[in-house]
Order: sequence, then C-alpha cells, then structure tokens
Amino acid sequence: MSRSLTRLVCVLAALMIGACGGGPPQASQQTANGSAAGGTLQINGAGATFPNPIYSKWFSEYNRQHPNVAINYQPIGSGGGVRQLTNRTVFFGASDMPMTDEQIKAAPGPVLHFPTVLGAVVPVFHVEGVNELKFSGPVLADIYLGRITKWNDAAIAKLNPAVKLPATDIAVVHRSDGSGTTFIFLDYLSKVSSEFKSKVGVNSSVNWPVGVGGKGNEGVAGLVSQTPGAIGYVELIYALQNKIDFGSIQNAAGEFVKASPDSVTKAAAGATVPDDFRVSITSAPGAGAYPIASFTWLLLYQDSGDAAQARAMVDFVKWAVTDGQKFATDLGYAPLPQNVATRELDALQKIKVS
Amino acid sequence: MRSELLFRVAIGACAVLLVALVAAIGLELVRESSLSIQTFGLRFWLTKTWDPVAGEFGALPFIWGTLYSSVLALLISTPIALGIAIFISELCPAWLRTPLVFLTELLAAIPSIVYGLWAIFVLVPAVRQLEASTPAVLRALPLFSGPPLGVGMLAAALVLAVMVIPFTSAVAREVLKTVPVVQREAAYALGATRFEAIRSAIFFARTGIVGAIMLGFGRALGETMAVTMVIGNNPQISASLFAPQYTMAAVIANEFTEATDELYLNALVEIGLVLFIITLIVNAGSRVLIWAMSRSVAPAAPRQAAAATAA
Amino acid sequence: MTRDAGRRFVSAVFVIACGLAVLLALVPLAFVLFFVVSQGVQALNIGFFTQMPRPVGETGGGMLNALVGTLVLTGLAAAMAIPIGVISGVYMSEYKGTRLATATRFAADTLNGVPSIVIGIFAYAVAVLPFRQFSAMAGGLALGVMMIPIIARTTEELLLLVPGALREGALALGATRARAVFTVILPAALPGIITGVVLALARVAGETAPLLFTAFNNRFLSTDLRQPIASMTVQIFTYAISPYEDWHRQAWAGALVLVTFVLVCSLVTRVVTARVQRLRG
Repeated sequence: MSRSLTRLVCVLAALMIGACGGGPPQASQQTANGSAAGGTLQINGAGATFPNPIYSKWFSEYNRQHPNVAINYQPIGSGGGVRQLTNRTVFFGASDMPMTDEQIKAAPGPVLHFPTVLGAVVPVFHVEGVNELKFSGPVLADIYLGRITKWNDAAIAKLNPAVKLPATDIAVVHRSDGSGTTFIFLDYLSKVSSEFKSKVGVNSSVNWPVGVGGKGNEGVAGLVSQTPGAIGYVELIYALQNKIDFGSIQNAAGEFVKASPDSVTKAAAGATVPDDFRVSITSAPGAGAYPIASFTWLLLYQDSGDAAQARAMVDFVKWAVTDGQKFATDLGYAPLPQNVATRELDALQKIKVS
Repeated sequence: MRSELLFRVAIGACAVLLVALVAAIGLELVRESSLSIQTFGLRFWLTKTWDPVAGEFGALPFIWGTLYSSVLALLISTPIALGIAIFISELCPAWLRTPLVFLTELLAAIPSIVYGLWAIFVLVPAVRQLEASTPAVLRALPLFSGPPLGVGMLAAALVLAVMVIPFTSAVAREVLKTVPVVQREAAYALGATRFEAIRSAIFFARTGIVGAIMLGFGRALGETMAVTMVIGNNPQISASLFAPQYTMAAVIANEFTEATDELYLNALVEIGLVLFIITLIVNAGSRVLIWAMSRSVAPAAPRQAAAATAA
Repeated sequence: MTRDAGRRFVSAVFVIACGLAVLLALVPLAFVLFFVVSQGVQALNIGFFTQMPRPVGETGGGMLNALVGTLVLTGLAAAMAIPIGVISGVYMSEYKGTRLATATRFAADTLNGVPSIVIGIFAYAVAVLPFRQFSAMAGGLALGVMMIPIIARTTEELLLLVPGALREGALALGATRARAVFTVILPAALPGIITGVVLALARVAGETAPLLFTAFNNRFLSTDLRQPIASMTVQIFTYAISPYEDWHRQAWAGALVLVTFVLVCSLVTRVVTARVQRLRG
C-alpha cells in the first residue's frame, strides 16, 4: 500500500516539475522588463562596454534629475546586449555594432538604432621604455594574425625608426566576449588587410588565431596594463583612465593620427548616415581623420508593449543626444554631429509611447 | 495508522521533491541543448573549433582544459592534502589538532571569488615572474613554451590546487579515522617505525583514500570563478603550462549572456550537460569507493565518512 | 644496525614531509587572508556600507546595493531550502532503510557535487526564460537549490545521533510519529541543524557563478524580487576585472566583508557544535 502511494507521489512530483519547466510566459507585459513599484520606474538594459563610462555617467546624472527613473545598465558586451534584447530579458540594448539584417529579422519586433556618441578604438600596448608607437593597419592585422611575433620586428621598426624596440614576444590580447569594440576593430582590419578578412572575418566574436581573451574593455585594459609586451585594443577612455600607452595609426590619407575627440569628429564628418543610422566609419577618408572610429547605438523596440518604459526611454534619449552630449569630450568621446542628433529626435517619434 | 501514513506521505513528498530536482536538472540541460545535440551529435565532443561566427561548435578544447587543469591541480594538491590528513590524524599533538582542523576548514570556506581576486592580483604576477625566469633550455620544451603571460594553465592549476586541498584532506582524515586502532597497534607491536605503521594504515584505507582524491578531482572539475579569472580564455588545446586555455565552466560563465543565437546558447548548455555528467560520474565513483571501504570496517564508520563527503 | 637506522631515517623524513605539507597548505591561506585584510581595510569605511556605486571613473561610493542584494538572495534561498532540506532530512532518518530514503540520500549527495554554474543554467532555464526576466527570484532559486542538500544531509546526520531513548520515550508516552519527530526529536537536534543552515548560508553567500545569469546585476538599490539585483560576489567580480584602481580597492573591501562573514559563521558553528557535544557528555 505504501509502495504504490510512494510511486503515485513520485509521478505527481515529476509531472509538477515537468509542467513548471515548460510553462508559457506568464508575466504581464507591464512588468516584463521593469517595474513601477512604489513610484520608481526601473528599466533594465544591457550591452556594450565601449560606451559604459559615458552611459554610467548619463544614467546617474539622469537619475539625479529624474529620481523616479532608475535605468539599470549592465555592460556585458554588444553581443550580449543584442541577445538579451532579442530574448526580451532587457528593455533596451546597446551595441557598437549595428544589428545585422539576420539579427533584426530574428527579433520579435522591429528594432530601431539610435547613435549616442562617437568613440575610438585604440591599440594599447605595454612595452618597457616605450611610450609612443606608430602603427599601420597592415601591421596591426599581421600582429593579430600571429605573423608578427616580436616587438623588434622589421615592419614595426620601419614605422618607428627613432624608437628602441626590445626583442620581447608580443602578447596579443583580444576580447573573450561578444563585443562591438571587437567588431569596430575587425571592421577596420578587414578593410586594410584582405588576408585578415578571409582568415578571421568581421563579427562581434570570432575565432582568434592567437592571443589571450579578456572580458570586456575592462578585462583587456587590465590584462595589457599588467602584462609586459602586451598589445590590445580598447575604447579610448579605458586607455586614458587606466593610463595605458596607446599608439597612433596611419589613416587613409597616410598621416599618423592619434585618437582624440577631434580626430574622431573628423572621421564622422565625411560619412553619409542612412535613415536607420546603421553605418560604419572606420578607415574614413580625409585629413586628420582617425581610422578606427565608430558610432555606438542604443537599441529600442519600435513597439515594446510597455508604454511607461518606452516613454521614459524616449525622454532619456532626447536628453542624451542634446544635453547629455556635453559630457562626451571629458570622457574621451566625440559628440554627435548636429544633423545626426536632429534626425534622431525625428526618428524617436516612431517609438510607440501609448 | 492513518496519521502515520499521512505523516509519511507528507514528509515523503519533500524527499521526492529532492530526487525530482536532480532529475529535473538533467532534463532541463538536455532540453535546452537539444538543438545543439541534433546539429552536431557526437562530433561535438571531438571537434576542436569553437567559432561562434561560423556556427561551428566543438567541446574538445574545453574538455581538454578542464581535465588538464584538474589533473594538474590533483598532482599538486594530493601529496599536500594527504600529508595534512596524516599529520592531523596521526602525528600531531592533541592541542594542535583543533586549530589545524579549523584552519583547513577555513581554506574550504573562503569563497571562490576571493581566491579569484587574490589570484588575479597576487598569483598571476608571481607566476609571470616565474615564467619569465624559466631557463631557455626548458623553454624549448612544449611544456613550457609560449610568452610569459602569467594567466594560463599554470596559474589556474595552482589556484585550483589550493582550493581542492581542504576537501581531499578532510575526507582522507575521516577515512583514516575509520581504520581500526588495532591495525596500527599491531604494526607498532611488531616494531614498525612511525612511517611504516602509517603506511600500513594507508594501505588498509587505500580505497577510501582514492575516493577522497576523486572527490577533490570532482571539485576541481566544477570550479568556475577562480579559474575564469586566471586561465586566459583561449579555446586552444596546448600542452604548455604557460598557454592561455579555457575550461567548460569558464566558457559558460563568460559567454552565456552573450550567446547571440539559439545554436550558440544550446552549445553552451550542452557543455554544461557534459560537465554535469562528468562530475556526476566522478562524484558517484568517489562515494562508492568511500562507502565500500567503510563497509569493510566498523558499522559506525559509514556515517562519519559519508558526513564528510556531504559537507 | 644500519638497516634500523635507515628505517628510522625514512620515518623521520616522512614526519617532516607531513609537517611541511601542513605549512605548504597554510601558506596560501595566510597569503590570501593577509592580502584581503591589508587591501580591504584601506577601502573599508562607513561610505562603503552606506553608499551606492559611483559612475565609472569617479572615486568613492560603496556597495550598499550589493550588500542588500546578498542579504535578499540568501534570505530567499534559505526560505526555500530550509523547509525542503529539513523535511527531507527527517524522512531520510525516520525511514532509513526504504528505497526512497536511499534514493534521496543519493540525490542529495549528487546535488552537492553539481558545479554551481550548471545549477545556474538550470535556474536560467526554469526561472528566467519563461518570464523573460532576470530576477532576484531566479538567483534565490539557484542558491536555494545549492543549500538543500547541505541542510538535508546535516539534518539526517543529527537526527540519527539523537539517542534512541528519546524517541522511544516519546512513543511510549503515546505520541504519534509526527508528534515525536516535531516536538521531541527535532528540538533535540536543533542546535546542530541550525549550524548546518549557517554553514550552508556561508557557502552560498560566496557563490558567484549561478548569479551571473539569474540575478544578473543592478546598479541601483532594489528589493523587488522580480527585478535583477546586485550581489557582493558579482560586484566583486565586475570590479576585479576592471582597470580602475578605486574599483579594485572596493573589490578587496567586499572580499574582506565576505571572508569576515564566512569566518564568523565557521566560528559560531564550531562553538555550538562543541557545546552540544559537551552537553551530550
């Protein structure tokens, strides 16, 4: 008697677990990715580490001005941002890499891109006794392909005749997570080296031929600053704040340009920005243009189903592309070109807020 | 009696819940990795490439990294752990016993993230110095090839060894406790030295000790955070201690929230499934060994040995 | 004579080797504790416990959201794990020989050995995906699942140690099984069960991996169970891999808080266990 009862209980428990695991999404759209409990609207977003310094400044500043809106942003990498946005586990995403057509198709609804700032990806290095280095696109590509393995290689020496380069091994550092910063860097390398394009390709996460993986811009910056002989790529502010040396790069006009808000603005000056704001500005033509510059985007659903959060995000983006731009240069980013910001304010009207 | 039956069913439901929970974990893992299982089949376990862009996923680099780091950790930690177990149970004066046991428990209690933090800022620079000062003749060997990064297999194995020591030693201690006193007394009566008497006790408890070592192994296999922070995150198969590599737990921790499509996520969950199965087998095996050993001794023994494994 | 001396020499070497092993193991422990204390103390101030994190690049700020988050998560985990763990432990001890008890014991031991990251995947599949939301609930679930086997086995152990006389006495006085267990046997084992719970809490408070994709993280102070929540461990991880000195210092301070908590739990456990053993005679 007890044995059959035990068996019955087992079956019931198994059914319960099975039902629980396969349950349909129950949460009401209202509380899907945020909450309006107690007057504070909490909005969750995730994505690129590239703009994290300015986003954290913005969200903190915005929260100070609007204490009832708490925007929680987690820098998990552009790939993660797109993924979580597609899964709808966060309300908005952030990416340095515009979503591909396939990714947009895979999302449950149309996703709009809003550029927020312009940034630069810089080649950081840690070489004893050397503070300034000149790089060219092909040299960087060869380093990351594993072809150039020592700092005193002829190709590097040719670009830097005045510098005493040591015979140390180059410790290559890249991103281990899905990263828009990686995308920007690879986009540039693939434009200047056809071998790189065919061997590695362009994406947010690739099969790297050589190197160590750091997590996030922070991880790469940390690894490079701690490893003698290391080279890596990070967003400009990470190099500045961490006081890591970074090199200048030869641009399309042949000049060696170091990243700065000015040279990034010059790179964006010549670009034609389409209506959906998805554009690449690496290897930009023109004097003084920095070759590895990029927009970074906030990703919002056109129809998210949550009016309160949508309204709050629209207001935030309006603030960010106008008032918020004044924080950009201090943090090493370049403000948006005026005409782009104006077009964005128009595009924001497409978002459903009621 | 009816109340007796009611009690039994009510209480039993909780027990069933526990069992169902373990089954549910296994089932969920299989379910969330079904796309990957269908797409790759057995190839998954043998493919070296991990290329999210091309959609090519293979678990071999991670299986290698996990096994290599855990075996290394075992090689380093086992002699030390057994030494501690023997010292505490056989050689140490009574007043020293409690503080020593407390200290080894403390080793086990320190959270993994704290070990990771220490490893990044203290261990890795030290390992980097060590690697940089390796003589050139050794550098030529595949075991020591590659630039001195600091992060890599060696650092991971070291931090794993430190974390595994208290587990192996605690269980070994319990196992040694179950060896009948008669065994050692007989050895001493025959004129054995300390070493020889202890050796006979170890021989007697060998199954249990192997079980203790396997338990430490199982612990090393599943360790995530400390390893993630120092292993270098590069899915390559390399015999070099200096090379950055990748373990199953580390890749899941790093890439889970960023898996950009279904197949990628499924592949990561399948790695979790592989990890689940391997640790299951290792842990079950170790428990069987410990149980088998304690069965051949006094009947009161199983509970203590089992309690040590459960803790 | 030399053979004898040889054996004694080997024995002496062996004893020294064992002593060395102890020292070798204690060296990293001392190292870790030294660094945690010396680095952590520098950043530990009132602000650490009362302030929220500052934006990237600004100095100062604290880990208030993470402290509260860890408390919430461990509270959730305990609320889930204590009933299930204790009652399963009761079953395993009361009905020791049955197949279900053996199966439960096996399940508990297995669950104990499952890597925490795998439990995180399970919690993601069960508590995050269906609701399309990272939440404190999911994090609490993951931690709770980890606590259950520890509490269950400890409870079983301790209940079996309760002298048979107590149980027989209760039954002899006419108590039902349920009454005997809940009013006599459990209370007798209570101190030990509580130490088991404390140990389990100390263990899960230090867990990071399962929280990475369940509770996620939150820059703001939040106690909403359906929202992502910060935790000491995830925050320490985020700070540790960053390049900012200030954040590194805060990571050490957080580690110091965690280690202190764990130390206190271990001490409390030892003291209570010793007292219980002394009472038992």
